[in-house]
Amino acid sequence: MSPIKAVPLRHPGRWLTVAAILVLAAMFANALVSNTLFQWDVVGQYFTAETILKGVAQTLYLTLVAMAVGIVLGGILAVMRLSPSPVLSTVSWVYIWFFRGTPVLVQLIFWFNLAALFPELSIGVPFGPTFFSVETNAAITPFVAAILGLGLNEAAYMAEISRAGIQSVNDGQVEAAHALGMRRLLTMRRIVLPQAMRMIIPPAGNETIGMLKTTSLVSIVTLPELLYSAQSIYSRTFQTIPLLIVASLWYLILTSVLTVGQYYIERHFAKGNARTMPPTAWQRLRRNFFTFHSPRPEAPAPSVTSSSGGIR
Amino acid sequence: MTAPMVKSEQVHKSFGHLQVLNGIELEVATGEVFCLVGPSGSGKSTFLRCINHLERIDAGRLSVDGELIGYREHGGKLYELHEREVARKRREIGMVFQTFNLFPHMTALANIMEAPIRVKRESAAVVRERADRLLDRVGLTHKADVYPNQLSGGQQQRVAIARALAMEPKLMLFDEPTSALDPELVGEVLDVMRQLADDGMTMIVVTHEMGFAREVGDNLVFMDGGVVIESGHPRDVLANPQHERTKSFLSKVLM
Repeated sequence: MSPIKAVPLRHPGRWLTVAAILVLAAMFANALVSNTLFQWDVVGQYFTAETILKGVAQTLYLTLVAMAVGIVLGGILAVMRLSPSPVLSTVSWVYIWFFRGTPVLVQLIFWFNLAALFPELSIGVPFGPTFFSVETNAAITPFVAAILGLGLNEAAYMAEISRAGIQSVNDGQVEAAHALGMRRLLTMRRIVLPQAMRMIIPPAGNETIGMLKTTSLVSIVTLPELLYSAQSIYSRTFQTIPLLIVASLWYLILTSVLTVGQYYIERHFAKGNARTMPPTAWQRLRRNFFTFHSPRPEAPAPSVTSSSGGIR
Repeated sequence: MTAPMVKSEQVHKSFGHLQVLNGIELEVATGEVFCLVGPSGSGKSTFLRCINHLERIDAGRLSVDGELIGYREHGGKLYELHEREVARKRREIGMVFQTFNLFPHMTALANIMEAPIRVKRESAAVVRERADRLLDRVGLTHKADVYPNQLSGGQQQRVAIARALAMEPKLMLFDEPTSALDPELVGEVLDVMRQLADDGMTMIVVTHEMGFAREVGDNLVFMDGGVVIESGHPRDVLANPQHERTKSFLSKVLM
């Protein structure tokens, strides 16, 4: 049988839309170039300034540490929440209720001002002797306050995301593991969590990107992250707009890198679950560019099969 | 006569107000193939799940190989077992599910090797050798590195049987192992089970495959309404049912 040779469906609407978008884009580009108030030379000058680069590094570091705290603690809270023990489950519920119920900005300021509430932090027997004690102001540096504020808040959200992921795994998986003599925690670690990851990764990626931007709140506790660094320069030079552009460009670059990273993590956890892997960022880009008119039936979207072995 | 592998005395179980098991009395001898048949909702699957404590019983006594399931008896009192002890007991009882329940993120081989390595802490080399032997036994050596979603239903169920056998259980429970399969795939799974029966494995099989029950079964129990209605050698019960409900059920299933 000869393959079907049909005239591809035309999409005149798409061409019209593209034309309209091109006009708008040209207008915008024109404004960017002709409006000297953008001060692009100043943007270029500060884009790789040492203060800014240090701010970028600080922002990345804060994001990674706060997300690490959030993911680990959130995972523990999710398992506690689903535990048959009413004690663990209630503790987890109260934690989530509290940290999700108050604004992260308030929590940040609160941690930063902890010394006002407890001037001294000490470890010892409850209501008994003290073994170790430290002045709160010395222990809670702006960085520690930032990690506590961002990480503990994030844990509450990650707990709910992880719980949803865990609950999406079929009960039969747990029964099969139990029937093989696996205990609850082993079942969680080896059977349930790896499958739950598929559901957890996309929203967790979202949270990481959100966190990258939320770290800008930390500028109010005088931690020199990206926004604070930009502010420290323009408060001196009064070049507010160009420095905000510098900060925005860096935020965009960082979130773009994270987005690409997320695709690869998703592909890793898709193993054994889908016949075809989700496309990589590059494959996606290529597909979006080269299938402007409808794809031909014999040229499907690029995809990688998940493993050797054929279809059944 | 040796002690029975499974002994059930007056086992009761209810889900809320629904009484599912209403005093199950039966004994399964070591090495026998014991078939449970009955209409849906008769409690046969629930009873099977009670045997490895996936469901807890409300009343009665249920023991496997002389030990109570889920409880310890001491000084005339019952004590609930710790999760650790329940898990230890389950190692000796293999279970095969209607919906296979293979772990989708692991290859066929990894599915089989997981529990012996993680639960019994056996060496990978020893387990690997056993897994290869089991895959050969279920005729799937060439599918060792394939993920479950690339296997047919029959192949998945054969891997699931191999996975249960890898723990070297003394008792195997089959919960309608062929009910989710396309008709042409039923045979390959029954062949594996038949071979297992020939090797002397003690098996309790919930099934609608009357042909299998008649050919391979040593004992058959017909259940309805959460009680045993009648039991005996499969050939006798299937050919010459004594009870009205057994007759009416058998007249409705294909043989």
